[in-house]
Amino acid sequence: MTLTGGAQPGGPATAGALDLAVSVRRGEFRLDVAAAVAPGEVLGVLGPNGAGKTTLLRALAGLTAVTEGSIRLGDTVLDDAATGTFVPAEQRPVGLVFQNYRLFPHLSVRDNVGFAARSRGARRAETRRHADRFLGQLDLAALADRKPAQLSGGQAQRVALARALAAEPALLLLDEPLSALDARTRLEVRSELRRHLADFPGPVLLVTHDPLEAMIMTDRLLVLEDGRVVQQGTPAEVARRPATQYVARLVGLNLYPGTLTSTDGQVRLADGGSLTATPSDQALVAETDVLVALRPTAIAVHSERPGHGSPRNVWAGTISGLELLADRVRAEVEGQPSALVDLTPAAVADLKLRPGLPVWLSAKATECDVYPNRPLPK
Amino acid sequence: MRSPEDRGRVPWPLALPALLTICFLLLPLAGLIVRAPWRSMDRVLAESQVVEALRLSLLSASAATVLSLVFGVPLAWVLARARFRGRGLLRAVVTLPLVLPPVVGGVALLLAFGRRGIVGQYLDSWFGFTLPFTTLGVVVAETFVAMPFLIITVEGAFRSADRGYEEAAATLGATRLTVFRRVTLPLIAPSLVAGSVLCWARALGEFGATITFAGNFPGRTQTMPIAVYLALERDPEAAIALSLVLLAVSVAVLVALRDRWLTTGTAA
Repeated sequence: MTLTGGAQPGGPATAGALDLAVSVRRGEFRLDVAAAVAPGEVLGVLGPNGAGKTTLLRALAGLTAVTEGSIRLGDTVLDDAATGTFVPAEQRPVGLVFQNYRLFPHLSVRDNVGFAARSRGARRAETRRHADRFLGQLDLAALADRKPAQLSGGQAQRVALARALAAEPALLLLDEPLSALDARTRLEVRSELRRHLADFPGPVLLVTHDPLEAMIMTDRLLVLEDGRVVQQGTPAEVARRPATQYVARLVGLNLYPGTLTSTDGQVRLADGGSLTATPSDQALVAETDVLVALRPTAIAVHSERPGHGSPRNVWAGTISGLELLADRVRAEVEGQPSALVDLTPAAVADLKLRPGLPVWLSAKATECDVYPNRPLPK
Repeated sequence: MRSPEDRGRVPWPLALPALLTICFLLLPLAGLIVRAPWRSMDRVLAESQVVEALRLSLLSASAATVLSLVFGVPLAWVLARARFRGRGLLRAVVTLPLVLPPVVGGVALLLAFGRRGIVGQYLDSWFGFTLPFTTLGVVVAETFVAMPFLIITVEGAFRSADRGYEEAAATLGATRLTVFRRVTLPLIAPSLVAGSVLCWARALGEFGATITFAGNFPGRTQTMPIAVYLALERDPEAAIALSLVLLAVSVAVLVALRDRWLTTGTAA
């Protein structure tokens, strides 16, 4: 079904790739992003608060002006600072699901979902049919006559998605779509949302700061910190080899920047200490900047210095904190290097661990993953 | 012993003036009711002049409110949203009739739209159209005085309305005009009603600008406040009766709108 008067500049909304290389300056803050998203691909944008994730979405939706660079969607140029091209938000084939949904409080669910069709001049009956189709698809038919205030969080999220999809956009943007939900609802909505995103033919950008959401809902991740892209890759790559401390903390890894001193895997750590790793990457040569990732479960804690036949990496430290995670205890150990170590509660009891206690740590060289530390773009 | 409920107790330096104010505001109304010539009410109200004045008052106040809505709401939007030089000055000028003595407003209207006014002389010589001393003149005078109440109320609402909804509408393909019509206006509806009520009440009670600009012709320009004032010299009983009618109309409007609109209207 096509909407009357729904013609977009540059032709109807087709599934074209998104291609962007932009700078957005807002006062002191500067966002620099270059990325490409294929049709049907879900790109996760991960980053701490204030990294520029929402600014990126707003620029794509035409709500914030681009200072430099361009945004292309398929054959359409949405923004080009060089030529002064700017397609206003209402003419962009871009759907945006806002973080707090922004459902129109005075309109019923059906009228919210039909809003785009109505705005483009569709008649009442046609709008209703169009809206009902999307309400049906998202299992919302029973709620059609409710007002947003009468919806639960999960329902409101679905209505917001239905409203964005009903505009039949060529590019879909979601700003932390699950952050307003409680933990249980989030679990339900997540798998459902994933299914709907998989059905969407165009490129999708999903902004989040939830690592789990980023891992399971996206095809590829772009990590933003402080307005810059610090890492791009598949969720598996990012989770295994984080490029920054922020990502390492999110995925629960110890991350140490350092310099490879020899090709046999000796790494001099930037913050003191050294680790011996087993380089899996043959391209690594001596004196290159590397990162060493080490899982908290791969580190062992000893009350005395481990003897002969022990792992290659052994170092001393002091327990500075203990925290109970679901079924294990995470110990914070200060030393060279400092580390997070995961232990069983039984091990904590056996070793009589407590803050302030000096301990020995050990890790096998094969557990230390060493990889190049690429300088961040300035 | 003090209990937490004591927090609701009012200290006497506040309670005393508050009580005095209540008396000051309510005593005159009480006087009106106590001294009302209940027995001659029928006679006074049956007079054709009274009925005419009441009809004219309701009609012109309503017309002034409609005019204020049609022309005031767009201006309120411009003042709240458009960015241009001299916006602060414009806002001050627009709200000047709020503080201007109404009689001065009437004189100013005469100088503008009177038969020899700067605009009025052309209206007269080109179209043979005169505004002063006509029913339309009453509407114009009331609009001049009452419209700022509406503009101020609605402008505040436009300014504090959540722009997020308008952005959402834009991403759904709505043009600015559609956003205004289908999102912004419905969202500020409570303030729109509250502003209209204020505007209507002010127009209904308008006296100074009306009598200066439109005069006092029974059936044509004589509104209720003017009738009350004139009756006070000729027939005080009639003046009290007319005042009661106006009071009743005001109270009726307040009661009718309070539950549905005014409470939310002030909160919005």
